[in-house]
Amino acid sequence: MPMAIELQDITKVYDDGDQPVLSHVNMSVNDGEFFVIVGPSGCGKSTLLRMIAGLISISSGKLFINGTQANDLPPKDRKLSMVFQSYALFPFMNVYDNVAFGLKARKMSEKEVKDRVDHALDMVNLTKFAKRKPRALSGGQRQRVALARAIASDAKVCLMDEPLSNLDAQLRARMRLELRDLQKKLGLTVIYVTHDQVEAMTMADRVMVLHDHKVQQLDTPINIYKNPKNEFVAQFFGTPQINLLSANFSNREFKINNSFSLPVRRQFDDGQYTIGIRPNEFNVEVTQKGSNARTREVSYLGDKTVATAEILDGGQIVRLVLNNQVDIAEDNLIKITGAKQFYVFDSKTGEVLFNEREANLNATITAE
Amino acid sequence: MQQSLQNKAANESSNLKLKANSTTASKSKDGWYVALFLGPSLLLLGIFVFYPMLKTFYLSMFLTNNVGKATTFVGFSNYLSLLKNPAYLSSLGATLIYVLAVSALTVIIGLLLAVAANQQLKGIKIFRTLFSSTMGVSVSVAAIFWLFVFNPSVGVLSQLSTALHLPVINWLTDPTFAMIAIIISTVWMNLGFTFLILFGALQAVPTSLYEAADIAGVSKTTQLFKITIPMISPTMFFVLIVTLIEAFKSFGLIDMMTAGGPNNATNLLVYRIYQDAFLNGNFAQASTESIILTVIIAIFTLIQFKLLGKRVNY
Repeated sequence: MPMAIELQDITKVYDDGDQPVLSHVNMSVNDGEFFVIVGPSGCGKSTLLRMIAGLISISSGKLFINGTQANDLPPKDRKLSMVFQSYALFPFMNVYDNVAFGLKARKMSEKEVKDRVDHALDMVNLTKFAKRKPRALSGGQRQRVALARAIASDAKVCLMDEPLSNLDAQLRARMRLELRDLQKKLGLTVIYVTHDQVEAMTMADRVMVLHDHKVQQLDTPINIYKNPKNEFVAQFFGTPQINLLSANFSNREFKINNSFSLPVRRQFDDGQYTIGIRPNEFNVEVTQKGSNARTREVSYLGDKTVATAEILDGGQIVRLVLNNQVDIAEDNLIKITGAKQFYVFDSKTGEVLFNEREANLNATITAE
Repeated sequence: MQQSLQNKAANESSNLKLKANSTTASKSKDGWYVALFLGPSLLLLGIFVFYPMLKTFYLSMFLTNNVGKATTFVGFSNYLSLLKNPAYLSSLGATLIYVLAVSALTVIIGLLLAVAANQQLKGIKIFRTLFSSTMGVSVSVAAIFWLFVFNPSVGVLSQLSTALHLPVINWLTDPTFAMIAIIISTVWMNLGFTFLILFGALQAVPTSLYEAADIAGVSKTTQLFKITIPMISPTMFFVLIVTLIEAFKSFGLIDMMTAGGPNNATNLLVYRIYQDAFLNGNFAQASTESIILTVIIAIFTLIQFKLLGKRVNY
């Protein structure tokens, strides 16, 4: 598949700090791909997007756009459009003029400008608002104007910088679908920056996770969820968050405490590890006998029950998601018998050492 | 528990009754309070603003003697004679030229400085401080500074002209150049404030607007006229009107630099009022001139409110 954007070893250092904002980012975005860059605030994701746009300079590394090196290309020659979190609409222009603004600068004929603007407004269902000023529009409509501007520019690559984070939750969910639809319909290549893991999971073809100025993982959403490369990625995806428990390995099992341990078939060096268990992967029995945990907060969400429990003896807290309204209340004794799946992380580096599901799959494959 | 609730309810109902009573019965009591609060400021404003205003208007209807006592009622004839007086009319014309030049230059140069200081460059903070520094300069200091600059023998400008073999300009003794000199000085005095206000407005313009324009390929010059100026136009308009009104009231620099001369070329309205009242002892004429100036400034203020209401509606 042809690559629309490729980054090789991109690094950004600001003059006044020796600490790089981003170091050695490698990624490539395919034509027509919805590529999401996700990470907590301050991880450098907006910086990365602005480097691709040409709004800030690249300290080192190479940027290719459609196969040609573009490090020093001015923004207007990169043939891309950008949608901003704050919409970047001109408050003194009506919707039509806002969309037409960039086109007029390109010395396009009056008729072509009109055709393009009309088409773009039609795509986002704003034709009847063409004469309105932005302040007379709702947040969602304003963002659609910004989208129309990107569509009208006819650029094949569109950069989006947290375009939905100023909207309320309900609208955001709807706009996610609209945006994805639009992208498919127009065959756009989208690089989308967000701090919201749900947006990343639901919209992306592929996700790049940024944290601590470095790329943590780059993969499809499902792979990132199933095979996180380190503690950070495991924690970042999934709600409620994955449980990270410290455990001791000896005698072919990870011992979290005297009453709760996880056996494994593989051998590890004896010592301290971090075990990651997703809240819905626990095997839980509600029983007094042999109980090893006590529930604290319990909330019924209809199809499932979300609870926190304190593991007796040791006091580590775990988050549980139990199916089908398991009959427990606060302060109940429960027995955690094991986990359907878990991860083993290096307790120092946070790197994943062992992924139980993968290991089982491999085991069955070799058995056959 | 029950009892305390009942008590509370009883208390509340009695409170309500009290309130109902107070609204009907104590209008006069409220009046006292209002008077008490407004009294001090009314007193001060009355003594220092309203009374002088009315007195000025009163005096403009009379002929006055040399200590400012009204002698003969003459109606509006002071106004009529003033508007037929060529010296006054030329003073009015000079004031208009001065005011327009000062406000236009102040806003344009202030905008240029603000745009320049808004760039992300190393050491730009030094310039920001420099550009706003005239806010801290008093009129007398500024006058002395500019007198040195314009001085025909030791002044910087004349020495520069001599060095470049250009004719030396007699800045403060040539009628045209005297006017230019006080315009330059006033603009310089105004720049600190104007710069600060416009710079603040520029900083409030979201950077994403410029980023969007960069990506669309809009040139920097077009960005200035199509984004920056429209975005800060309400502030620019505010600054323009404030400068305009302040320019009408200019006194200090003129008094210290030209004293209205040469040949009355810089004898602006306020300075003329001062001369007529306190040097020529013609209080009636000075009062009449004051009232006319007040009306002119009032008209500009009115225009400001009318236009400002329209411009800030995005």
